[in-house]
Amino acid sequence: MARAATTADAFNAVAEPRRRQILDVLAGRELPVNDLVRMVGLAQPLVSKHLRVLREVGLVGVRDQGRQRMYSVNGRPLKPIHDWVKNYERSWSQRFDRLDVVLEELKQIKEENHGDGE
Amino acid sequence: MAMASSGTALVTLPTDTQILITREFDAPRHLVYKAWTTPELIKRWWAGDRGEVTIAEVDLRVGGRWRYVMTANDGFEVAFHGVYREIVPNERLVSTEVFEGIPDAEASAVVNTITLTETDGRTTLTSLAEHPSRGIRDMVINSGMEAGMQEAMDHLERVAASLR
Repeated sequence: MARAATTADAFNAVAEPRRRQILDVLAGRELPVNDLVRMVGLAQPLVSKHLRVLREVGLVGVRDQGRQRMYSVNGRPLKPIHDWVKNYERSWSQRFDRLDVVLEELKQIKEENHGDGE
Repeated sequence: MAMASSGTALVTLPTDTQILITREFDAPRHLVYKAWTTPELIKRWWAGDRGEVTIAEVDLRVGGRWRYVMTANDGFEVAFHGVYREIVPNERLVSTEVFEGIPDAEASAVVNTITLTETDGRTTLTSLAEHPSRGIRDMVINSGMEAGMQEAMDHLERVAASLR
């Protein structure tokens, strides 16, 4: 089956639970890879592999501080995911608003016919 | 941003292949079920603000088929169909859903599980869409993101509906 390229976007990057965990650990702070390895509880090569994917899509940035490389989160690439969910949510909210109107009518019809009860 | 409606659909992504929608209605669940499964009522809400439902066919029995067709405001037609797998009246509805506009549509069928729970005359509806793979979901999402902005919005609307 034809597949769109998935390695270079945020959707793919955050599809992997460990990468979401790394983003959670990095949220709001900068960490060197050693601390990250300890906190995530994965082997360093695996953490480095995930960091590479996250850096490729711009979700994680890195800067040198002395002999250490400090990693941090950049949330901007997550915006398309947020927008997608929001758009989907809006579409369903409109649909359900219509359903509310239908339900109000059904309730009234029922009250006219039976008063109350099942 | 805030919507002055009686309730907003809450959308979450529980797993990489699922989409969960939750919404509360100010009505007992047998009425929500009725509005959800009666063709002439479906026609009144299913298109939302996006167009007109032209066909709503419901053969409400296990193995029975359903098919909805909508003409969107800018003219294109959107059609879905599926088969009911499990029916517990007023409580639970499991059905497949196929978006007819894509190649190899049947292979991309979504399985939807609707549940209705009632508390004090109000009903909480959940709609869980299970996709055959994350790849199928990603493919659809990615193709939307690569398109132009307006086109992407239109596409996303179709995607959103197809993932129902």
